[in-house]
Amino acid sequence: MVHGESGGGTLLEISNLHAGIEDKQILRGIDLSIEPGEIHAIMGRNGSGKTTAANIIMGHPDFEVESGRVMLSGEDLLELETWERAREGVFLSFQYPQAVPGLQVGNFLRKSVASIRGEESAKGADFRNELNEAMDALGIPRSFLSRYVNDGFSGGEKKRFEILQMLLLKPRLAILDETDSGLDIDGIKTVAAGVNAAIRGGESAALIITHYSRILEHVKPDKVHVLIDGRIVASGGPELATELENNGYDWIEERGEAEGVA
Amino acid sequence: MPANQDAMEAVGDYKSGWHDPENSTIRFDFGLSEEVVREISALKGEPEWMTDIRIKAYRHFIERPMPTWGNTPMLHEIDFDSICYYLRSSKATEKDWDEVPDDIRNTFDRLGIPEAEQKWLSGVTAQYESEAVYHSIREDLEKQGVIFLDMDSGLREHPEIVKEWFCSVVPLTDNKFAALNTAVWSGGSFIYVPKGVHVEMPVQAYFRINAKNMGQFERTLIIADEGSSIHYVEGCTAPTYSTDSLHSAVVELIALPGAHIRYSTVQNWSANVYNLVTKRGIAHENSKIEWVDGNIGSKLTMKYPSVILKGEGSHAEVISVAYSGEGQHQDAGAKIHHLASNTTSKILSKSISKNGGRGSYRGLVKVSPKAENCKLNVVCDALILDEGSRSDTYPTMEVANPTARCEHEASVSKVSDNQLFYLMSRGHSEEEALAMIVNGFFEPFTRELPMEYAVELNQLMALEMEGSIG
Repeated sequence: MVHGESGGGTLLEISNLHAGIEDKQILRGIDLSIEPGEIHAIMGRNGSGKTTAANIIMGHPDFEVESGRVMLSGEDLLELETWERAREGVFLSFQYPQAVPGLQVGNFLRKSVASIRGEESAKGADFRNELNEAMDALGIPRSFLSRYVNDGFSGGEKKRFEILQMLLLKPRLAILDETDSGLDIDGIKTVAAGVNAAIRGGESAALIITHYSRILEHVKPDKVHVLIDGRIVASGGPELATELENNGYDWIEERGEAEGVA
Repeated sequence: MPANQDAMEAVGDYKSGWHDPENSTIRFDFGLSEEVVREISALKGEPEWMTDIRIKAYRHFIERPMPTWGNTPMLHEIDFDSICYYLRSSKATEKDWDEVPDDIRNTFDRLGIPEAEQKWLSGVTAQYESEAVYHSIREDLEKQGVIFLDMDSGLREHPEIVKEWFCSVVPLTDNKFAALNTAVWSGGSFIYVPKGVHVEMPVQAYFRINAKNMGQFERTLIIADEGSSIHYVEGCTAPTYSTDSLHSAVVELIALPGAHIRYSTVQNWSANVYNLVTKRGIAHENSKIEWVDGNIGSKLTMKYPSVILKGEGSHAEVISVAYSGEGQHQDAGAKIHHLASNTTSKILSKSISKNGGRGSYRGLVKVSPKAENCKLNVVCDALILDEGSRSDTYPTMEVANPTARCEHEASVSKVSDNQLFYLMSRGHSEEEALAMIVNGFFEPFTRELPMEYAVELNQLMALEMEGSIG
């Protein structure tokens, strides 16, 4: 595996991040660094703070950062508005994508590509070809373009649509929040192929948030982090996901306590 | 996004709010009397029967109390004595834009009317203050016998048709403002489509008020003969003044057996204009009348496009949207009377309120005892953008025949932070995201409009969303 570990090239650098919602602290000191071309996974139970981490990186207004830093290629993300982060190349595949009745998928994709990659990238035959290719890769029919964004979509359609946006928006950092939940095995394979094609070996990176190891069998992550109670209690290679699958989170908690981490 | 960039540059601007110096050729003093009504009629050289109708209507207007619903405090602020009831700025109605006086021509150029005419319209009438200043119809339609004139010319050239249908759909005693219009009407469109003729491209009327404290009272009469069809679109704007103007129109539609009339409006009056309009159609056997009605501007709008389903198998549709911003009240809706059997109707009303604006849906659907197997469907959706804005729904259904199938749905929603966050995460600013949600909400309406109008409406809404993020 090629890691771009050449000092200043770190893509995402999270240090000592404490954050929460209203008065409730959820993240209690997260450190994480991701190099270009890498795929990381964060695993954890429901309520461990996984989605909070994703929302903080993207800038959801309901979450508050108490302390710590989130840097993208040396730039302070926490200083930027959500749309500015998106234009800097941060992408979030939502756990619960929102419906916007009346907003056509095709129109929305074109506008999003225009605002993130520039007006020129959203024009003409090149864009149409790119769009068709991405839809074919994900098995999405053309009729999808005239539907309304996430309006009446099945769970699987929503997740495929998120990945379609990822492919078209070409992010530097793609965060996939529970993209595998609600997908059957074919769906997971399709999504994994999409992530591999977009990230592997390039300048981009991905952070996959999940509580199952299934998707990780198809996207071999470079690193796996285990999040419990707002802290990363273990980090390792892909084998960590397999161990978790076999032994459950209790095993990590016990191990963590033994090592005095948790 | 060019639309949104334009929006950025025009922060908070009502983009049609400029005005030109007033160069009137004839201007009446402020205020209304029987004398003024007679003078208007005399000036136009009308037949006596029309003068009589005007006088009767004037007397009814004086006697008739203000409506006790809608927005009565706002209605009582109207000062009928400080309104100019007739103002002519051009000597004649021209058939060539080059003949229209320069300043007026410039106004319509800025509004894009001559350009639209060349691209996608069958005919255009442009009214400035009280009179049409330009009027034209494509030659092929004229050859097929289609009559498209301003109402004054219609009365001059086809008095027998006008006499037969004038006030036949909206009687002069219908309501206070219909009576006022009937007394002082000037301009508007007169259309007759002969049997079996289909007017493929829309005809358009554009109404512009330029002067202060102006009253505009156009009168429109459209008769679609058996098996014919026509799509009429109208737009309207006015300068922004600190004093109020009054726009009070009456529109009468007659769809004879098998005919199809679609009447589309995008009303964008400035926020100092009272817009009190009576629009009604009569649908004969197997005919179809559709009102596509967008209310974006004005101070107070009270308008309930209606259809009387008189003939068996006839169909009515009213699709409307209303946007109410600061200081605005849009009291809009629809009225349908099912008088005959196997008639169907559909009402879709969507309203958005913002910055303390108030939107009301007021609807009445009636099924008479003898009308068997009628189907009616009413959907009202409201979107409230902030605290302090208001939306009310007053739906009434009076169904006197048990075989009727009625459906009614209503919803009130707010824009959620999660929806905005989702769109912003795709690179759209908060205002762009809000405009996307709002335009999406209006989409069932905009898709019914000719494309050029739909684009304009979307840009208009993007403008309205400017500065709305606290």
